[in-house]
Amino acid sequence: MRLGRTGDLPAAAAVLIGGHSMALATVVATDETATPDGDLKVRYVFEPTAPGAPDRFVTLLVSVDAARPEVPSLTTAVPAANWHEREMQDLFGIIPVGHPDPRPLVVHDGWPQGVFPLRKAFDGSRRVPVEPADEFPHLVAEGEGVFEIPVGPIHAGIIEPGHFRFTSVGETVLHLDARLFYTHRGLEKRMEGLSPLDAFYVAERICGVCSVAHGLGYCEALEQIAGVDAPPRARLIRSIILELERLYNHVGDVGNICAGAAFHYGTATGARLKERLQQMNERLAGNRFLRGLVVPGGVLLDLSDDLLRSLAVTLQDTLSGLDGLMGRIEANPSVVDRLDDTGILQHQAAVDLAVAGVAARASGVDRDARRDHPHGAFAGPNPPDLHVVTISDGGDAMARMTVRALEARESIRLVGELVRRFEPGPLQVTLPEPLPGGRIGISAIESPRGEAVHWLRTDPRGRVERYHLRSPSYHNWPAVALAAETAIVPDFPLVNKSFELCYSCTDR
Amino acid sequence: MLRILINALRTGVVTIRYPAEPSVPPNRFRGAPVLRPGSHLPPPSVCPATAISELFDAEGRHVALDLARCIFCGRCAEDPWADAVGMGRDFELAAHCRDDLRIEVVADDPAATAAAPAPDRDAEAARTSSEIHRVLGRSLHLRHLDAGSCNACDWELTALLNPVYDVRRLGIDFVASPRHADGVVVTGPVTRNLETAVRRTVEAVPDPRVVIAVGACAASGGIVGEGYASAGGVDRVLPVDVYIPGCPPRPEAILFGILVAIGRLDARRQPREG
Repeated sequence: MRLGRTGDLPAAAAVLIGGHSMALATVVATDETATPDGDLKVRYVFEPTAPGAPDRFVTLLVSVDAARPEVPSLTTAVPAANWHEREMQDLFGIIPVGHPDPRPLVVHDGWPQGVFPLRKAFDGSRRVPVEPADEFPHLVAEGEGVFEIPVGPIHAGIIEPGHFRFTSVGETVLHLDARLFYTHRGLEKRMEGLSPLDAFYVAERICGVCSVAHGLGYCEALEQIAGVDAPPRARLIRSIILELERLYNHVGDVGNICAGAAFHYGTATGARLKERLQQMNERLAGNRFLRGLVVPGGVLLDLSDDLLRSLAVTLQDTLSGLDGLMGRIEANPSVVDRLDDTGILQHQAAVDLAVAGVAARASGVDRDARRDHPHGAFAGPNPPDLHVVTISDGGDAMARMTVRALEARESIRLVGELVRRFEPGPLQVTLPEPLPGGRIGISAIESPRGEAVHWLRTDPRGRVERYHLRSPSYHNWPAVALAAETAIVPDFPLVNKSFELCYSCTDR
Repeated sequence: MLRILINALRTGVVTIRYPAEPSVPPNRFRGAPVLRPGSHLPPPSVCPATAISELFDAEGRHVALDLARCIFCGRCAEDPWADAVGMGRDFELAAHCRDDLRIEVVADDPAATAAAPAPDRDAEAARTSSEIHRVLGRSLHLRHLDAGSCNACDWELTALLNPVYDVRRLGIDFVASPRHADGVVVTGPVTRNLETAVRRTVEAVPDPRVVIAVGACAASGGIVGEGYASAGGVDRVLPVDVYIPGCPPRPEAILFGILVAIGRLDARRQPREG
């Protein structure tokens, strides 16, 4: 839906969210100054939230004058728009007028003034010199006895970089200001101008533990543009490995939550079960992160009966290992005590921030892209049933761990179902060459972290004109900061691990 | 507690014995590509990571593959180049210098063999200086430094600490502070937003120290390359002692590279047939 005046944007968003119970899925800015329109455009993509609603996206399109790039900010009414608006301010120079917190987000200290890397006129292939800068203005609480605790970006463990600025009184966290985008590699710019096939390998590598999900999301958006459907057998294989990706993540995450609660038996067991699954991944795909199986048009490799047999054994062992581990955790009061009521994310906050995935379902938000935006085998003939795990009275670390354990079991069951649906058939369809120009593809994939929304458009030559990924972590990070404010400082690692978000697919 | 003990005993020892015993990757594993001279080798444009280059001289067409850039996607080994390129299963690829990771063949001369640079044993020995080997060879404490990775390499470093790889059995461990470390393992291409943090962390590590670049992004920029937000590899910012190719390198490959860095194993030599 194209809005004639940008001023109508807040009212239109209010109608979609209030009147049609929709949620913000993603915001995509594009630089179209070279086209006859000669403007910048911003697309606010909304999706329905009611379970069972039809699979669709509603886009509000506003045209922004490049000479006076301003749009009204939605953040006060739609908190989920917060980071999206700060990002387009940094990367496109589009100013969200009335934004309550217009600090830079993606570009850090020393970024030259007035340089917007995702504008088409900007040459993204060169390093940009660092200019002298003042210290970043963190949002902190002040008062007598209030401490500031800076943590990161380089952390004490083997984890990704982010800066967390706690303000606390004693152990109690008053406020957490999380500063991310340290791993911003400029991947969206990197993909522009590439052939859609070359760009796929970049999309697959945006995030390690979401390799399948992001590779698949890119492929589904691309296949929409190309107007082709992956064959049924390819769809089954795609869904199987998507579940295997979820499974090794969830099992490993349960182990890592144990690490946060100093339960080392659980940590070692989780790591051992995850390792077994990753070794299985390497047998299936030749890569421990399942890279190289999904390709545009289908899948590259078949799953032979031999492989499926050893997969079944691995999954059986994983199931009993996971059941045993969960039994040990639940029987251990010192672990349960750490997890119960720790890092609570209220249901309404989860709705307002459009939180996705495990964190949403553990706070009673019944959303799952496998059902809401069917993909892989769920969009194929004879789709399997899906049981969406939702806990309505939780929102704490315990609820998030429980959702993970239940979903891991569901993934194992689903893989069995998908394998039973196998029919011989082709693995790939050929994509037209060159691809149709000027078309848009949108896909939503349930990654291990939750719904990831991919937005892709081709240029007149059929190359990538703009690609945007809104990862689940992108919407969930602000929720971590909220949940941390219900906890004490020593519990933050536990809260963080119970959300288990990716930095790399947030930062891109 | 008793249940936990019983379960641990029932599980038994899961730790592998690599490198004392070899590790054989599964059939589908994509290790170092093997270029077969004389056949029609793929054009550079086939590689999404720009690892393949070509040049023409009196001998004919030279095709070179940079293992540091390679993301091991296998696209150059798909039809119609499956005769010319095969994905080997060699994963022990770590090297002290970028040039050692270059595979070059003359495409049009069936007699020419794969011409990797001649190994220079003296230079090799000098690089793994006896001081590093003497001081750090038996006990190495590393600090992980994420310089903008996609987290795959990070998770493989984490895997080194799991009960299966358990690098502590080899005297290697990861520590929380660069002040306690003998070196850093760097993942990611060094993003603009992390460049200062990367420099300062490495400066905080006392001498002698090793800098190990883990994975294609750290070794060369990989699929990310150089850009407004990426330096395009750790050696654009800091001197690197060992490069470990892979996207990501499997845990054994990282372990191999760490042992190369402290002179306990020899670096990669000639490409072996997979």
